[in-house]
Amino acid sequence: MSMTDAQPVKIAQDRPATPAPAAGPVVFDVQNVGVSYDGNMAVHEVSMPIHARQVTAIIGPSGCGKSTFIRVFNHMNDLIPGAEVHGKVLYHGEDLYGKDVDPVEVRKQIGMVFQKPNPFPKSIYDNVAFGPRVLGWKKGLDERVERALNRAALWDEVKDRLKSSALGLSGGQQQRLCIARALATEPEVILMDEPASALDPIATTRIEDLMHELKRDYTILIVTHNMQQAARVADMTAFFSVDVAPEGKRTGILVEYDETTKIFTQPSDQRTEDYVTGRFG
Amino acid sequence: MSVQATHLRRRGRDYREMLFKSALLVSLIIGFATLIALLVDVFVTGWSHVTWQFLTSPPSTDPTIAGARPAILATIFLGIMLIVFTVPIGVGTAIYLEEYANRKRWYNRMLEVNIQNLAAVPSIVYGILGLAFIVRGIGLGRVLLAGGLILTLVVLPTVIIAAREAIRSVPDSIRQGAYAIGATQWQVVRRQVLPAAIPGIATGAILALSRGLGETAPLILIGAVSYIAFDPTILGPFTALPIQIYQWVRLPQEEFRELAAAAIIVLLVILLSLNAVAIWLRNRYQRRW
Repeated sequence: MSMTDAQPVKIAQDRPATPAPAAGPVVFDVQNVGVSYDGNMAVHEVSMPIHARQVTAIIGPSGCGKSTFIRVFNHMNDLIPGAEVHGKVLYHGEDLYGKDVDPVEVRKQIGMVFQKPNPFPKSIYDNVAFGPRVLGWKKGLDERVERALNRAALWDEVKDRLKSSALGLSGGQQQRLCIARALATEPEVILMDEPASALDPIATTRIEDLMHELKRDYTILIVTHNMQQAARVADMTAFFSVDVAPEGKRTGILVEYDETTKIFTQPSDQRTEDYVTGRFG
Repeated sequence: MSVQATHLRRRGRDYREMLFKSALLVSLIIGFATLIALLVDVFVTGWSHVTWQFLTSPPSTDPTIAGARPAILATIFLGIMLIVFTVPIGVGTAIYLEEYANRKRWYNRMLEVNIQNLAAVPSIVYGILGLAFIVRGIGLGRVLLAGGLILTLVVLPTVIIAAREAIRSVPDSIRQGAYAIGATQWQVVRRQVLPAAIPGIATGAILALSRGLGETAPLILIGAVSYIAFDPTILGPFTALPIQIYQWVRLPQEEFRELAAAAIIVLLVILLSLNAVAIWLRNRYQRRW
């Protein structure tokens, strides 16, 4: 759909629009996924396909369940007592929450970067080598570490001090180290939960540049509360919002999912438009 | 101007402020002065007796040749036993409670409450327990090993609590990071949580050890003997420094009181060096996250 299209299209859709034909194969097919904590729905009935080698952004106001939702993909909600995932997530056609699925195996293929850089209190080298060591990949560890650091655009800054503590790095470097750490196990997907929210603008730019690089080989899912960031990095954008029930229960819902340009220029839902134009949130 | 200046001047509150500060100072002085007085008294009385001969001779009825060698050796053995017994059990319990136990289960909550309470049980109660179950019940007898086992019971709750604190202070973001890479729970605990918690665990264990080595009551209760003319063995009769001190103080001759003071110095040196190691460990490995 061209940007010069004057008429904003406002069609009520049960299922979000199918993305542009240029999109790669579907990596995740999310079908009616919800997450509940102790019986309270935090996220409700989300359905969306996620495509390979693209950046898919999830935006929305605080409390809309963005982070909860992204943690569905690598079983991180399993670690929270009382959390339950409903619905179906197909990963290359295979149910991520099927009976025989081992969360540990899932996480090996679906890496994650967190909001606050969380390097291990070990050396830079040991941080990156942790994944391969856990997997028992002993051969060529040095090369593996170098490759991961290179991909995370950190190698040149740390190659002379691989043995020094990761805690001595700056915030932005720590976050790129965490990305390198996630890359070292050669995942297919990288989940990023507000990866730049704790960083300064320059460090943020570097992370965003990095995402443009990485999406050639990886499928990236990013949660962000920064709309400009979504506009800059994402191919597809999903807008989540909070549905407040009459009795006060708050549930995150998917409002709209489309190409990023469309979400920001011609959203088809009034709530999306209010949010992206800054009238809300 | 003059009106404003008045507002800036001190009001008559100095008095209370000073009173409060002096009260604080007095509390400090009471505690500190008592300790200093004790130390000075002990050192003045006993220092001249802390000789090589004292450290290497067995006790004797003749104060001029009596020494504390068996007691010192037994205290060292007890210390080794304490570390060997309490650290694995204590750390294991702490890992279970912090990393594996589901807090929603009643038995786990009961375990937690019990451990807290056990830490507050007077040591003599452990002595009675030890006498009934270890010395007589399993028929170990009045031997050094029994003493070590009972002191283990005495300090175990403290070690567990310290280890739990240390494990809990490892931020959750570290665990999440490790899980997200595909580590199993065991790998997360073994490779991330434990290494990060070790300084805290070591500090707690050493402080617990120094508490255990100062214990007298439970050992007296299970029948540690004061007069041993030979080096203690694990399965033989034993004494320990606090008991030797207690025994010497009870004797009528002034010379034995001086020997007791000498033994107190030896015990203090052992305990204070352990505490120093604990403090050094804590400072050496202090982490920021």
